[in-house]
Amino acid sequence: MPKAIMDSSDINRVMRRMAHEIIEKNKGMENLCLVGIQKGGVILAERLASQIESIEGGHIEVGKLDISFYRDDIHTKEDHPVVKRTEIPFTIDNKTVVLVDDVLFTGRSIRAAMDALVDFGRPAYIQLAVLIDRGHRELPIRADYAGKNIPTSFDARVEVTLDEERVKDRVVLFSET
Amino acid sequence: MNMAIINGHVIDPSQNIDGPKDVSIKGRKIQGLYPRGKAPEADKIIDAADCIVVPGLVDIHTHLREPGFEYKETIQTGTMAAVKGGFTTVCCMPNTDPVNDSVEVTEFIREKSLKEGACSVYPIGAITTGQKSEELTELEALLKAGCIAFSDDGRPVTNSLIMRRALEYSKIFNVPIISHCEDLMLSEGGVMNEGFVSTIVGLRGIPKAAEETMVARDLSLCELTGGRLHIAHVSTAGSVKLIRDAKSRGINVTAETCPHYFSLTDEAIISYDTNLKVNPPIRTADDVEAIKEGLKDGTIDAIATDHAPHHLDDKNLEFDAAAFGISDLETAFALGLRLVDQGILDLKHLIRKMTLTPSNIMGIRKGSLVVDSDADVAIIDTEKEFKVDSSEFLSKGKNSPFNRWPLKGTVEKTISAGKVCEWK
Amino acid sequence: MIKSKDLLGIKELTSEEIYHILDTASGFRDVLKRDIKKVPPLRGKTVVSLFFEPSTRTKTSFALAAKRLSADFVNFSVSTSSVVKGESIRDTALTIQALGADFVVIRHGSSGVPHFLSSILDMSVINAGDGANEHPTQALLDLFTIQSHKKSFKGLNVAIVGDIAHSRVAKSNIYALKKLGAEVRLICPPTLTPAGIEKLGVEVFHSMDEGVKKTDVIMTLRLQLERQSKGFLPSLKEYYKLYGLTTERLKLAKHNAMVMHPGPMNRGVEIGSAVADGPQSVILEQVTNGLAVRMAVLYLLAGVKK
Repeated sequence: MPKAIMDSSDINRVMRRMAHEIIEKNKGMENLCLVGIQKGGVILAERLASQIESIEGGHIEVGKLDISFYRDDIHTKEDHPVVKRTEIPFTIDNKTVVLVDDVLFTGRSIRAAMDALVDFGRPAYIQLAVLIDRGHRELPIRADYAGKNIPTSFDARVEVTLDEERVKDRVVLFSET
Repeated sequence: MNMAIINGHVIDPSQNIDGPKDVSIKGRKIQGLYPRGKAPEADKIIDAADCIVVPGLVDIHTHLREPGFEYKETIQTGTMAAVKGGFTTVCCMPNTDPVNDSVEVTEFIREKSLKEGACSVYPIGAITTGQKSEELTELEALLKAGCIAFSDDGRPVTNSLIMRRALEYSKIFNVPIISHCEDLMLSEGGVMNEGFVSTIVGLRGIPKAAEETMVARDLSLCELTGGRLHIAHVSTAGSVKLIRDAKSRGINVTAETCPHYFSLTDEAIISYDTNLKVNPPIRTADDVEAIKEGLKDGTIDAIATDHAPHHLDDKNLEFDAAAFGISDLETAFALGLRLVDQGILDLKHLIRKMTLTPSNIMGIRKGSLVVDSDADVAIIDTEKEFKVDSSEFLSKGKNSPFNRWPLKGTVEKTISAGKVCEWK
Repeated sequence: MIKSKDLLGIKELTSEEIYHILDTASGFRDVLKRDIKKVPPLRGKTVVSLFFEPSTRTKTSFALAAKRLSADFVNFSVSTSSVVKGESIRDTALTIQALGADFVVIRHGSSGVPHFLSSILDMSVINAGDGANEHPTQALLDLFTIQSHKKSFKGLNVAIVGDIAHSRVAKSNIYALKKLGAEVRLICPPTLTPAGIEKLGVEVFHSMDEGVKKTDVIMTLRLQLERQSKGFLPSLKEYYKLYGLTTERLKLAKHNAMVMHPGPMNRGVEIGSAVADGPQSVILEQVTNGLAVRMAVLYLLAGVKK
């Protein structure tokens, strides 16, 4: 039974708020960069970046990170998802890297992302921005910026759809059947 | 002891008999064939209902491996496998260790056979000493010691002059020179038939020309000398054609083939199963057709097994390193029956090719149920189905590519020299 | 998604599996461009190489691939003498398994050895070249190299030149290219043409000048120098005259045709130096790509349940 949680305008509003929060917490844009986790976090990172730029002016670096090679479930998962591009064409040394993902769940993807990130350099700080926090953490990981908190049962599925034209933007919750 | 085999359907090509008859055995000899119920009193009665009763099968091409390779097979285990397969006579090839090129080895084989063999064994002596193609063996001495024919099988006689001399010299004794036709230079390093399949599996191939060039050579020498030539294990269409042509011109040649050459094609080797590794190699569908045609029109006179048992250690290797050979005594007749099912031969004809004809080629008095012949009989249920299980073979050699094949035709009983053969 | 626990050959792969390996290799190529060229997916796993034929490049490539994936790599020394009987392969392989290895990378002079091992071992078997049968990772890296330069394989005109009869690289490439829809030509002397090869849907040329016309890719194969002694060729000089990839011959191909070679090259025998070092040559790229492809293979096989 799918339940619509957020529509296009909800998502827009929430992203604006998060952009403000990021700027506030980091006292500006200096030394800030965003890295979107493949694949749900990539479009989000780009949108956050434009939001931040329109508020503060200037330019903020955005990268994308595929965490397939850092997952801890390589030997238990049924199939290998297709590996996507990793592009971080700037240095992350001494920067504040805001990792961006669509849904925060067990926290394992974020753990893998942090491991991947430190192979690229030595950030001064790593922060986490997610659109949806659905609970059920299995590791001590928390989001610095969360668009919406949705309590879910473990077997439920949260589907975030974002497209370039912002037409199909929505967040849908599929409860366990 | 008197024995009677009753209720069976007797097929004896030598007497043109194909019908319900009872067989009477007295001691080690056939007393006679009688109409149903009319056989004389007997101490032992064997009921052959629903079975055919035929002369014990005669295999003119077997490797018993003794002396020298007892870990692969012995005269005892080989003859046990033979009788289980319905054979009561086997002719063993000389590529033992030492090679059977001397009176001593021939006598050893004969004595061992009499003592431990489950059926009659006739040694085939080597053509050249050590099978080296350099000099002829003492044919007369070997014949006197018990050999019935000559062959360097396992190897060809590479020296054409020596092959000529062998064919000429053998005319004194009117015995066949059995040729293993293979040009070693053409076949060098090859492990299967050369063709599309060998390309796909990446194994070096043996071209058909390796066999055919030597068949042509031997036929030519046979024509030149007037000797008796027998071509062993014919495997290609080209060889069949050459032999057919030679026979039509009156050349004194006979030929045999083996069940694997009419039951398998090289496509099976995609599995890299070493049980398919044999020399000459298993060929293509076209060759299988030609072999069947050759059996049908008489170009190929006999079916022999070329029983080549190997120890598991010699087969459980990568294809290149595995030994060549198929252990076939216990499956040969059932595979031959498939030819009957396919309409290639009728049952009488099949039996003839496995009893009378091979005996005639070798000049031995076997393969017949005529009065006073040796009491060698096979009782076979041609309709009974079974699944080949090589692990159950009596032969030490479990190397069969027919394992798990569903076949028809079980040997119910085999009688050798008037005694029922026992096997577990 | 690779279904089998082993990589025995291209014959056993579907085109989907091939594309999956190539896509995964892209990811690893990115990793190899970073400063830290290492990722952790095979941490705690052991890869053993069992090379019965001498090889520096393929063995080193696999060793590096394993290490970049954080696996442990061990080289099992075996005698490369041709006297070694197969029996020792079986026992050697079981020994390696008993030591707890997860992968064995095997190269052997006899076709079918990887298949033989696959039937007796639980661990993953990777074929690094068996006899004249296959060399799947070479074909995969060749395809990967082509893919980075050409838009699509469909209808692509690829010529493979050389000793096709003895070349496992040629066979694997033929299977792979055909599966992905390319047109394949073989250019070889009649003495080095394998029996029945046209049945694979390839065109055979005995003239190099005819064969390279309008091709998109020319793969030259290494010619084993002993072919001359076995009567396959009268001389290496004559081979170069008839089949060597020279600048003039390269002009007959399409203007942006790729020049490939699995290495190591015999300059002046199968390929001219000017061509080997020229702008159309991607020979060194092949080496780099080999590492990414082998990482992809190890990574994908690790995820298959044994």
